[in-house]
Amino acid sequence: MKKKLVMIGNGMAGVRTIEELLKLQPDGYDITIFGNEPHPNYNRIMLSTVLQGDKSIEDIIMNDWDWYKGNSIQLYTGEAVVGIDKQKKQVISDQGRLLDYDELIIATGSSSFILPVPGSDKKGVVGFRDIHDCEMMIKDSKKYKKAAVIGGGLLGLEAARGLLNLGMEVDVVHLMPHLMERQLDETASGMLRKELENQGMNFLLEKQTAEILGEERVTGLRFSDGSEIQADLIVMAVGIRPNVQLAKDNGIYVNRGVVVNDYMETDVPNIYAVGECAEHREIVYGLVAPLYEQGKVLAANLAGIPTNPYEGTICGTQLKVSGCDLFSAGEIGDDEGTKSIKVHNEFDGIYKKIVIRDNMIAGIVLYGDTKDSNRLFRMLTKREDISGMTSVSILEASGCCGGGGEAGDVKAMADDELVCGCNGVTKGTIVEAIRTNELTTVDEVGGCTNAGRSCGRCKSLISDILAFTLGDQYDTSAKKAGICGCTTLSKDEVVAEIRAKGLTNVREVMNVLGWSQEEGCSKCRPAINYYLGMVHYDGYKDERDSRLVNEKMHANIQKDGTYSVVPRMYGGVTTAADLKKIAEVAEKYNVPLVKLTGGQRIGLFGVNKDDLPAMWEDLGMPSGYAYGKTLRTVKTCVGEKFCRFGTQDSMGLGIQLEKKFERLDTPHKVKMGVSACPRNCAESGIKDIGFVGVDGGWEIYIGGNGGTDLRAADLLDTVKTKEEALEITGAYLQYYRETAAYLERTAPWSERMGLEHVKEVLADENMRKQLNERLDKTLERYNEPWQEAIQDNGIKEKYYQIRSVTVE
Amino acid sequence: MQMTKVRINVADYHSLPVGTGQAVTVNGENIVLFKITNGDVKAVENRSPHRKGGTLADALVSGNFIYCPVYDLKISLDDGKVQAPDTGEVKTYHVEVIENEVYITI
Repeated sequence: MKKKLVMIGNGMAGVRTIEELLKLQPDGYDITIFGNEPHPNYNRIMLSTVLQGDKSIEDIIMNDWDWYKGNSIQLYTGEAVVGIDKQKKQVISDQGRLLDYDELIIATGSSSFILPVPGSDKKGVVGFRDIHDCEMMIKDSKKYKKAAVIGGGLLGLEAARGLLNLGMEVDVVHLMPHLMERQLDETASGMLRKELENQGMNFLLEKQTAEILGEERVTGLRFSDGSEIQADLIVMAVGIRPNVQLAKDNGIYVNRGVVVNDYMETDVPNIYAVGECAEHREIVYGLVAPLYEQGKVLAANLAGIPTNPYEGTICGTQLKVSGCDLFSAGEIGDDEGTKSIKVHNEFDGIYKKIVIRDNMIAGIVLYGDTKDSNRLFRMLTKREDISGMTSVSILEASGCCGGGGEAGDVKAMADDELVCGCNGVTKGTIVEAIRTNELTTVDEVGGCTNAGRSCGRCKSLISDILAFTLGDQYDTSAKKAGICGCTTLSKDEVVAEIRAKGLTNVREVMNVLGWSQEEGCSKCRPAINYYLGMVHYDGYKDERDSRLVNEKMHANIQKDGTYSVVPRMYGGVTTAADLKKIAEVAEKYNVPLVKLTGGQRIGLFGVNKDDLPAMWEDLGMPSGYAYGKTLRTVKTCVGEKFCRFGTQDSMGLGIQLEKKFERLDTPHKVKMGVSACPRNCAESGIKDIGFVGVDGGWEIYIGGNGGTDLRAADLLDTVKTKEEALEITGAYLQYYRETAAYLERTAPWSERMGLEHVKEVLADENMRKQLNERLDKTLERYNEPWQEAIQDNGIKEKYYQIRSVTVE
Repeated sequence: MQMTKVRINVADYHSLPVGTGQAVTVNGENIVLFKITNGDVKAVENRSPHRKGGTLADALVSGNFIYCPVYDLKISLDDGKVQAPDTGEVKTYHVEVIENEVYITI
């Protein structure tokens, strides 16, 4: 005879336990479930998407009525258990239903914590916990205008976003000085706040609610500092409280939650607790991933199958608000035992912080770019030793421009690695499901394995696994990636065809080589233009409209559509007269920001497009390629002229290099550095090509990079004179130009080619000469684009004019 | 209040360049005109549908599509829609060319 299993609660953790149990032992129990709410099991995590209008309530039902029926589960909805008789092993419901059990699961979940302030019982005060709360907010939004959300944590912000979508004005009240302080450090929190303010939220930080105002219905809030705001709807999102009353009243040991051991057993035989009502090793979890892990252990326990104990979970969280990509896990603060890697890219609104303790990742904060969250979170939970890794390889699986990081990530994943932490689904399970069931979409994978069906954070990884797995079944020709989506031809094939067929312009290349998009895309057009210029070094007419925007405009575009002007300062050296001129121009054109750039120059930022030609004319200096795929700057130290350590004329060599190689098109940007002594003040060891003065000569370093993929340069050669240095540089640059793919920097290029190979090529005198000849021909081709723009009205009108039409 | 739509002359057809956008402000409204390779003129609001905004005037133009210069979103000039996998939309305007004059309805 089957044993009787009763579960009190019909939420995510409990039902997941039953699902797991059915998998392990389909016929072991007669199952009865009591649910307070009138609905079948739904995905509580997705409530914010219902509130935000992205999903309907039906969309978030996880197990519909048919599921209960199909699994012969007796479900009583809208009915609460009010008593447990431990001796008789019976429960009684509020409708007087008396039921025997052999095993009893308490899965009563939690409720919104309602602040015990005067007035919190008034109409219009709501938590954010269940469908009923959601429905009430949606209903109230039709009648009222002003909402206040108390709590600037995950839930509060998701609720606030929802209320904005419902057309309400929203004030978010938070006790702490920054938002989501448990998950984010100050920087990330500040960025989040700014983004949400842009979306229309208003924040009242460091405010303690003292009283809720109003007669029968709320009209506002009063804070402890005496200030007040108006509000017709108040959402309490300050935390959750485990529902433990039933357990407590019936003599089950309760601390904050129902206390359980590593097998989810309470102190009473045959009674278990799981989910948000349970307290395990003094922790009550409010996120889904640990609850599912608990469910798995409990299911095995109930099925009598030996299982590893549940030992607690490290949680990762993400905010489900559009426009805010953020992920956080583990420790976010610093202390004496931690070191952290931080990247703060204000231009793109990206912030990353990795906290490291004992050579392991202990915490992650990602804002603006969360694509590496799965990988980092895996490293954190697996306690991977990172002592052999560079800071950059920790931060990024692969380079930013080449793409493919996630695919490489997938390949490197072991089969037993978790993809969906919420549902405990591994890569192996997903791959297996894709293969056996011929799945082709993320949703199908979710339907089969449950992966991605909870918080959804892993969906991009699932999609990569799909691509990776299905890719293997395609024939190899279909798998090969071309230079962009318009072709299957690789860079080498395109260049070979240009040479073999004598192709001379971008349109022709695309036509002859059968491009799928007739006029190409933003990836192939600039690349083809570059390859054509490289192949036809002695006379190619550059196609300006195929250039990336900064090169097309010869000025650096900023995110607001303005541009920057960065006058050339050869070797970082200027004069008082030039400085004066720059200052006058900055004043004349009301330049909002004058800033020293990282490359030893003065940048004028925030210039209107239609002011550019006139500014260039007034300056009378080249604007300096501060943005191009070309030689940027040659950074120098002050050298032998002034420095007491300098052994060489670093400024002199720097200026010569910059004057010789400026304007040269290269596959990617090129930076140089010249230091007069091994103290290396010009940071020559992280440049594409760097020179370090030693007694009697120069050491030449190549393939360094101080950018995203940090890489120390390799020693190429040591030479005696500046002339030799210039000759080697020319040959090196030309060899890079001829063999690198467009957008491939010298650092990955040198690794791909091999230092020894590059050394060999450059050591060959004949080769060096030929490379330099082709380079010199190329250099002859260039004009000074700023002079051209000043002199040519056609260019001015086509690229720099803004028309204005006024109609009465 | 319902605004009446009006047809406004914004440019001389022959002076419009092919290959890049031409920014024009019409009563303060920022618009960008694209004369595409087949000679048609398209007009869209001069603001990238990316959440961080930005200009579209200096976009790379490919047939009926442009690539937002700041964030590289691929946008259809016909309906203003951002192509998969991104989403978003930019406002488009009705364009007519009558006797070498370009008119848009606004």
